Amino acid sequence: MKKSNLNSVGKSEIRKDAFSKVTGRSLFINDVKFPAMLYAATVRAPKPHIKILSIDDSAAKKLNGVQGIYYAKDVPGDNRVPLVFQDYPFLAEGTAKFQGQAVGLVAAEDPETAKLAAAMVKIKYRELPAVFDPLEAMKKNSPKIYGKDNIFKKFTVKKGDVKKAGADIEIEDVFSVNYQVHAYLETQGAIAVPRDDGGMDVYGSMQCPFYVQDAVAKVLGQTYNKVTIIQQTTGGAFGGKEDVPSIVCGHAAMLARLTGRPVKLIYGREEDFRSMSKRHPGWARIKYGAKKNGKIVSCKVKYVLDGGAFATLSPIVLWRGTVHASGPYEIDNVLIETYAAATNKVPCGAYRGFGQPQIAFANESLLDMLAEKLNMNPARLREINAIKKGGTTATNQKITESIGLRKTLALAKKSAGWSRKWKKPSSKKGVKKYGIGMASSIYGVGLGAGGQHLAKSGSFVQIEPDGSVLIAVGNTEMGQGARTVLSQIAAETLGAPYELVDMMPTDTSRVPDSGPTVASRTTVMSGTSIMKACKAIRGRIDKVVRQELNEKGKVLSKNGFYKAGNKKAAYADIIARCWAQRVHLSQAGWFRVEGTTFGEKDGQGNPYFVYTWSTMIAEVEVDTETGLVEVLNFISAHDIGKAVNPQQVEGQIQGGGLQGIGYALSENLVVDGGCMRNPDFAGYIIPTAMDSPDIVPIIVEEKYPKGPYGAKGLGEPPLICAAPAIANAVYNATGKRLNDLPLIPERVKCA
Amino acid sequence: MRISFKINGKKVSVDVAPEARLLDIIRDELGLTGTKEGCSKGECGACSVIVDGELVNSCLFPASQAEGRVITTIEGLSLGDKIHPIQKAFIDEGAVQCGFCTPGMVLAAKVLLDKKRNPSEEDIKKALSGNLCRCTGYTKIKNAVKKAAKKR
Repeated sequence: MKKSNLNSVGKSEIRKDAFSKVTGRSLFINDVKFPAMLYAATVRAPKPHIKILSIDDSAAKKLNGVQGIYYAKDVPGDNRVPLVFQDYPFLAEGTAKFQGQAVGLVAAEDPETAKLAAAMVKIKYRELPAVFDPLEAMKKNSPKIYGKDNIFKKFTVKKGDVKKAGADIEIEDVFSVNYQVHAYLETQGAIAVPRDDGGMDVYGSMQCPFYVQDAVAKVLGQTYNKVTIIQQTTGGAFGGKEDVPSIVCGHAAMLARLTGRPVKLIYGREEDFRSMSKRHPGWARIKYGAKKNGKIVSCKVKYVLDGGAFATLSPIVLWRGTVHASGPYEIDNVLIETYAAATNKVPCGAYRGFGQPQIAFANESLLDMLAEKLNMNPARLREINAIKKGGTTATNQKITESIGLRKTLALAKKSAGWSRKWKKPSSKKGVKKYGIGMASSIYGVGLGAGGQHLAKSGSFVQIEPDGSVLIAVGNTEMGQGARTVLSQIAAETLGAPYELVDMMPTDTSRVPDSGPTVASRTTVMSGTSIMKACKAIRGRIDKVVRQELNEKGKVLSKNGFYKAGNKKAAYADIIARCWAQRVHLSQAGWFRVEGTTFGEKDGQGNPYFVYTWSTMIAEVEVDTETGLVEVLNFISAHDIGKAVNPQQVEGQIQGGGLQGIGYALSENLVVDGGCMRNPDFAGYIIPTAMDSPDIVPIIVEEKYPKGPYGAKGLGEPPLICAAPAIANAVYNATGKRLNDLPLIPERVKCA
Repeated sequence: MRISFKINGKKVSVDVAPEARLLDIIRDELGLTGTKEGCSKGECGACSVIVDGELVNSCLFPASQAEGRVITTIEGLSLGDKIHPIQKAFIDEGAVQCGFCTPGMVLAAKVLLDKKRNPSEEDIKKALSGNLCRCTGYTKIKNAVKKAAKKR
């Protein structure tokens, strides 16, 4: 291996937050208190679709300790949550469209009283016709809950002509997937604190403080400069704290304004299940056409997402799913038509993968079915069709750099012993059957053309007189390791020791609106922004180094020293010298992405600036008597450009992989007639240590020259094609294809 | 009623309501917020503490039954910069992500290693199975427990 010239980037540095987390000293939102603080609880809609006739809260208001109960009419500012569309009210007005929608808010002296009062509020209502299935919702005679057709958004991608593809063989099938619940261990929560200047500070568990700032400013009718959002240590998010903290924090802020006191609002687990966003259930019909030699010549997709009662992030989740709906393959003729439909259920939103895992399950399952029809090894079929350098995506984007898909395929195959282990399903005998399966994915890093207005990132870097460095960004640490990785990038660029650099808690008053912490964008976006700031400071430092060493030419940094010519000076001494000379050692950084495109009519263009490529292989044992699937081995290979911190990269691959395994096998939220039946961990089964294989991470580094030290994005890809890899392995074991996720024992046994 | 027990090496005496949970006493009365509440139903293990050498979900444990017991919370494993070898192993192995399950996980590992010097893979999986983690996929947590076991 080539010896690296880097000091910190590429090393598995210790996480900045590890010490405070293992000692229990990290303060999550429920660990924080303010003097005279009140506690909030939410009054929620009892049925999926109701007209609210009247509300009787007289008994609740009489409870000792209740400070007030408030409704839509009491909202100080605008009652609409500012998201893609403005259809979701902070508090229901006249009607409520899903069971669990917020109708009112209670503020009380203690949490128990608040909850009791909320339960005592009587909503008198009339039930309205409701629709629960997205395909039903799109039919002409269905009850209309959004616009004229219940369609939040539709997209078309049209490349070539699927009718004139000249396929020798065609294959078509229908697939469906259920919800997935984020199941972050820390439920949603916020504390709003009124300020003496008439403004509001809000602390909370969140991914996107600037979304929250927007929401709090709107609900209070206040200017942004009087609203500060401070992210508290956040106990997992995975997309579930992208848009919904806008509501939670908005509610807390509204109560704090109306009562004039700090207000804490913490969700219980069941409440969190019932009211917070989920991964969309999805439905897809896909058809591939191929030549006899395995070359896929056409792909036709109809893909529908179940958006729930309000649009929230559905339009943009659908967009990501649309752009990626034909997988990581070069196909000349593509027709993708997609829809997000409204139903009377909890609004779905962002979850790791963002509209891709659903469609990846469909297209990667069908790809294996095509391989069988062609009498071909499914790995070979993927190799033939994998996008290569100079190849084009479904949107006709030419891929010219950083494309490691075939490398991920080759390395995953080698690690699994694929060539030796893969056999046709017909050759299996016995009650317990072994199977092996694979799946690949393409992942557009960042927000892309669908969110170009948000594709920006601010930062602030300051070297203190003692040489310690503080960095601030608009993206958040939510467990994924941003604080550590961004500190490494700053340390590397400045030439500062990693131990001396740390990231401040994310606070909207430190940097400009930097968009959301989503879409696996933080390393590239905040990383580049920080690098830009650090390079400016470094230019000033290097001047002093040359002066001090009396050398010209390039200044290098190594292990806490700056070097010029063959002389060197210690980092701390140079920084002290800089301060003595009053050199400006702070800088704001700003980075924005330009040039992503998406044609409204035909979906052609360059939707993303770079892609992460992945291949996963699952080995399973299927008990054909019980229907239980055990994952014996799981290999997950990703081309991420550059691993800034390999240990943290492995953690993302393993954690995302296990969420994907849960999605494939056990996580089954039951929503029956709009009513959630299993809103807890006893009913909704996420993997435990007992159910979990050791996931084998493989890191491929096809450098992305424009990324920080070559890095692309990683957070989401480890989940995306896990489910189809397992489904393909189950088929390989049993010879029975299951088109609906999750592969719970009932389904596997009955197949 | 008033009850007395030993927590993290110190004797304490507190008034508890009959319906109070041990979790409430630990977090609200004693201010030890390292113990987390994740589900309130004994399903996630975030509120795990050690009572007389056994791992319990403090959200299910009536406070009144703490009388005379010896309790350890995550705060009891470190003093200033001095941390327990299990905590050190969690840091070194990258077993921490969001950190919300971490205190409970560390205590689950401690109960295991206090009972078994050389636990098998199955022992480790079983010992951690009452503590949910959504971030790590458990691999690095298991590695940390193995590493801590070796160092003993």
